[in-house]
Amino acid sequence: MDSDSSTRNLFDLSGRVALVTGGNRGLGRALALALAEAGAAVAILARDEAKNRETLALLQARGARALARKTDLADRPQVAAAFAAVERELGPLDILVNNAGFAILKGVLDQTDEEWDQVLETNLTAAFRLARMAARSMAARGRGGKIINVSSIAGNFGTPIFPSYAVAKGGLQQLTRCLALELAPHHIQVNSLLPGWFTTDMTDWIRNWPEYAEALKEMIQRTPRGRFGDPGELAGAAVFLASRASDHMTGADLVIDGGFSVR
Amino acid sequence: MSAPATFDLSGRVAAVTGGNGGIGLGIARGFAEAGAAVAILARNEAKNRAALAQLNAFGARALAVRLDVTDRAALAPALAEVERALGPLEILVNNAGLARAVGATRGELEDWDRVLETNLNAAFILARLAARAMLPRRRGKIINIGSEYSLFGNPLAHSYAASKGALIQLTKSLAVELAPHNIQVNALVPGWIESDMTAPMKSRPFYQEVLRRTPAGRLGTPAECAGAAIFLASPAADFVTGATLFVDGGYSIK
Repeated sequence: MDSDSSTRNLFDLSGRVALVTGGNRGLGRALALALAEAGAAVAILARDEAKNRETLALLQARGARALARKTDLADRPQVAAAFAAVERELGPLDILVNNAGFAILKGVLDQTDEEWDQVLETNLTAAFRLARMAARSMAARGRGGKIINVSSIAGNFGTPIFPSYAVAKGGLQQLTRCLALELAPHHIQVNSLLPGWFTTDMTDWIRNWPEYAEALKEMIQRTPRGRFGDPGELAGAAVFLASRASDHMTGADLVIDGGFSVR
Repeated sequence: MSAPATFDLSGRVAAVTGGNGGIGLGIARGFAEAGAAVAILARNEAKNRAALAQLNAFGARALAVRLDVTDRAALAPALAEVERALGPLEILVNNAGLARAVGATRGELEDWDRVLETNLNAAFILARLAARAMLPRRRGKIINIGSEYSLFGNPLAHSYAASKGALIQLTKSLAVELAPHNIQVNALVPGWIESDMTAPMKSRPFYQEVLRRTPAGRLGTPAECAGAAIFLASPAADFVTGATLFVDGGYSIK
């Protein structure tokens, strides 16, 4: 984002403004806290107000300027209003993290049109619309910027369990690549972060539901590291992709999965 | 989960092959600034001295070992020298590389052997030596430097492309084998970076092609590889293994 060639403070985000969707729990919360700890002001947009308050307190406890706003990412006018509020209250956006996502555990044959649309809307279309808002703002200021799309290793593999989610995440990675090319002249880097299996509410089914016991066993056996990731283990990757340290990196996938994908 | 992201390499010992110039030196400098003790293993003694002076200027403990990575008998003693002088090795960067742009139908088999020995066999042998040292300590990072030609075909440097493609597969296999021991193995793929290796291409039409294809519209600098290398070498990447990080200004996705 700027041309200081020193590696000192390469990972410092002081003075930057970041927005994390779905930032009130799980991976999103870990990403938001990581950016705050690196010095950024952080806004989280998410639905659950109790969790928003909880995370806001954690952000503020780290000394960060912070904002939490109840937002349903599938509600388009609401998202546009939330984005404007973030820039009004914290300042022009430097870092967008499209993290909000959810999966429906249903194969293609059982999936309804409505379910398909919902999954695509939150995981992909909302990310596109926010990236467009962010990129317009960043390009107009001419100071560059960072967009991090939180995909999943599911974006690289087929699955009979949550196909609509995998399709949306694959699409999100293509969005990353296309935006990276379009926005490079504006010094905006766009990259995908691909977490593997982490201990979050979203993976509760495989960790705790008896009907998926076999799937859990297979998953652990296949993971060279032999365990789930802890959300805190994403912190470094988020700060790296949000910081000057990754200024020559764009359109890339950063896989963080304890080796699952390469086995 | 609230532990701060740490990119600090203080107290860590790193070795970078081919660390006296270009990307290798960019990474070595980044490590030194992040607090590591850094050894550069490379052939050219004058360049070694100049690089060492740069590392010392950061206040880093540093060492230059004269090493030709194709001299198999010299590899173990070189790592032993690093450990004797700086302490237990925790970070190995296999960066030394050689390209011969001779074409598959015309080139000599000696060219092929020399390129594979430098880019792949030496990386394997050094990784194995390093991993054996890291195993009982249950901590370590190995970073292999790939290339755009790990992925793409090259009309002249077939041996370079083959060696760099294989290096990625070596990365994945080592990652799987060493994961239970808390040793992470990853590849960093720099795109077109300003260095002695890419300098000659600037006089050729191909250079314009590269610029047109690179969304950033320019070559990267060795310093721009440092951030990714520090990330991969640090505790911040402890759950990252077997991955390939492209630091190429978007070249590979166009």
